Amino acid sequence: MGYDKRIDGRRPDELRPIVAKAGVIKRADGSAMFKIGNTVAYAAVYGPRDLFPRFLQDPQRGTLRCRYNMMPFSGAGDRVKPGGSRRSKEISMVTEKALLPVLNLEDFPNAVVDVFIELPQTDAGTRCAGICAAAIALADAGLSMKDLVSSVSVGKVGDMIAIDLDYAEESYEGVDVADIPLAFIPRTGQITLLQMDGLIDRDSLKKALEMGRKACLQIYGIQKKALKDRFASAAAVNGNGNSDGSGDKNE
Amino acid sequence: MNELLRAHILKWFEKGKRYDGRKLDEFRLVSVEYGVTKNAEGSARVKIGDTEVIAGVKLAVEKPYPDTPKEGTLMVGAELLPLSSPDFEAGPPNEESIEIARVVDRGIREAKAIDTKKLCIDEGEKAWAVIVDICTINSAGNLLDAAALATSAALRNARFPSYNGKTVDYKKITDNKLPIVRLPVSVTVIKLGDHIFVDPTVEEENVIDARLTVAITESGKICAMQKGGNAPITVDDIDRMIELAAAKAGELSKKL
Amino acid sequence: MAELLVPDKSIVVPGEEVAAGMDFLPTEGIYRDGEKLVASRLGLLVVDGRLVKLIPLSGKYLPKRGDVIVGKVIDVAISGWRIDINSAYTAMLSMKEATAEFIARGADLTRYFTFGDYIVTKIVNVTSQNLVDITMKGPGLRKLSEGMIVTVAPNKVPRIIGKQGSMVSMIKDATGCKIIVGQNGVVWLQGEPEQELLAVTTLRKIESESHISGLTDRIKAFLDEEMKKLQAGK
Repeated sequence: MGYDKRIDGRRPDELRPIVAKAGVIKRADGSAMFKIGNTVAYAAVYGPRDLFPRFLQDPQRGTLRCRYNMMPFSGAGDRVKPGGSRRSKEISMVTEKALLPVLNLEDFPNAVVDVFIELPQTDAGTRCAGICAAAIALADAGLSMKDLVSSVSVGKVGDMIAIDLDYAEESYEGVDVADIPLAFIPRTGQITLLQMDGLIDRDSLKKALEMGRKACLQIYGIQKKALKDRFASAAAVNGNGNSDGSGDKNE
Repeated sequence: MNELLRAHILKWFEKGKRYDGRKLDEFRLVSVEYGVTKNAEGSARVKIGDTEVIAGVKLAVEKPYPDTPKEGTLMVGAELLPLSSPDFEAGPPNEESIEIARVVDRGIREAKAIDTKKLCIDEGEKAWAVIVDICTINSAGNLLDAAALATSAALRNARFPSYNGKTVDYKKITDNKLPIVRLPVSVTVIKLGDHIFVDPTVEEENVIDARLTVAITESGKICAMQKGGNAPITVDDIDRMIELAAAKAGELSKKL
Repeated sequence: MAELLVPDKSIVVPGEEVAAGMDFLPTEGIYRDGEKLVASRLGLLVVDGRLVKLIPLSGKYLPKRGDVIVGKVIDVAISGWRIDINSAYTAMLSMKEATAEFIARGADLTRYFTFGDYIVTKIVNVTSQNLVDITMKGPGLRKLSEGMIVTVAPNKVPRIIGKQGSMVSMIKDATGCKIIVGQNGVVWLQGEPEQELLAVTTLRKIESESHISGLTDRIKAFLDEEMKKLQAGK
């Protein structure tokens, strides 16, 4: 049995609907929500702040620390036991590696930037959604970054190479399924996250990577808009020119 | 504790005012949103001012406890997610999160909110387990009342998944609701100096003398209490605090 | 050929290309990548002749030498006090910089400053490792008495203070409150509750409307209006 039409009717290169919003958690220094299909990720950034215990400190640059976590009721089926698993530890680690290349942390020796990613609802692509949310949150926190990071999973279901697999596709039975979570630095096209499971040939992989890159550029546009919308009022008015006659410029 | 800040807040209280302009017996804006996460059998988001929590209900078929073979079980967990406050750390549940979970659990349990006998499928063998998890999104004071309200709302929102006697099919959700008898709400009343007030902000929580959380059913019966804070309180105080809690509980239940 | 790729005064995000050509010079918040100038943080783009920079819209306070700030005592050590300054780093107040008085070795330092105390203090040095030294020696530097503490966005502090302190003076005069605005975004207020509340509401208004032209006049009108209401209520 082949797979020539996607279960939810999308084109192979079509993302699920995305909603992104910056500044959703008031107590955090930066925050964001990123929803793709039925997967929802929140990210909060705290810091730079003091890092304890002291032996973890790096005197040359700030440290990035990410924690990925699924809420207990977020998964289809059984409850996810709170407290972390081998899976969540690994995802936390690869998330850190995906984000670190764009961050300029030289100005914050010995300090830490904490990124907390929480998923209240999941339908595959959770680490990618978490990375997208985290990138928006880091920028929202005012940190110095070379670029954002955009992330999506690509895959092969039977003979079809497709982007942004949902859970039904990821677990499609009867054909080979490959799932490849990717993250890109949009400007340079460099890859900061690459994992894969399943079976795929080298030509398909190449094609999948290219589709992933294009999808990430689309996602980057949405991330950018989320950040601009948060401060939209500042832009709208300042865009009107310099008609400030009150003389209270004191920068 | 900062004595100067405490003194200043007390000065405001003397005039019946609070830092955010509220009166002492006034809640911030309370909102309840149902069905906020698809994979939970029931869920709700509660906001009290800037405080935001999500509660989710999972239903599973388990073996009943040996001492209650004809009843299903209830469990409440709470996680103070480090995402929601600079003061929360990742790691195993701490005293504060355990207290929230246990106080909410007691309120539901002692109100006999759920007819647990109706959760029994096969005496001594199989019964539904109701598991509520509370997660904090933004922690801006009064998490306890928010958590209790979210729990009651999520229980009301829950629907059973289909069960064929062997396995639960979480993809097929039925129209059957939980056997809910009555739902409690909790109101925490704070004592500072001679004043009592409700719905504290984080700043106010940092300088309190004592607090009393009162869980109250729709019919006005008290079903659980918890005294917190370091200062002792008198019988007289308790009377005043419960009276205020009962009045506010009426307002909160209307939000459900 | 030099050209701007986004209009002046627009909001840009990290990684956004803002200008092309070697004639433009990247300054704060901008880096050069070949021909292109690229934003390295979220901010408002400002082009001043050939200079291109970003005004940050968010972010923590960065300690600067000479800044007068409001801090909170969080630890009393053997030879000084550790102060939270609403920044990525805490500051250290040494015995020598704390008072003109001689403090004997082993003296009880909580007699001078204790946990939870708020102080107005001045930054005297920031090292490359971001160790921040502060002093209490100087005009106006002191321990604060009973009052209200609020935190505002550090990047809005210049607007809150106003030209030569004009904005904050206006709020003080209108409300009769004592107000100290630290460069780190920590603000101390003392007055009657209604007036304090009005002062805080005004601070929040400045924070959210600082970019809309005619700020000073608008704030003045707002304060007059609200004070009238307060007096009428009496």
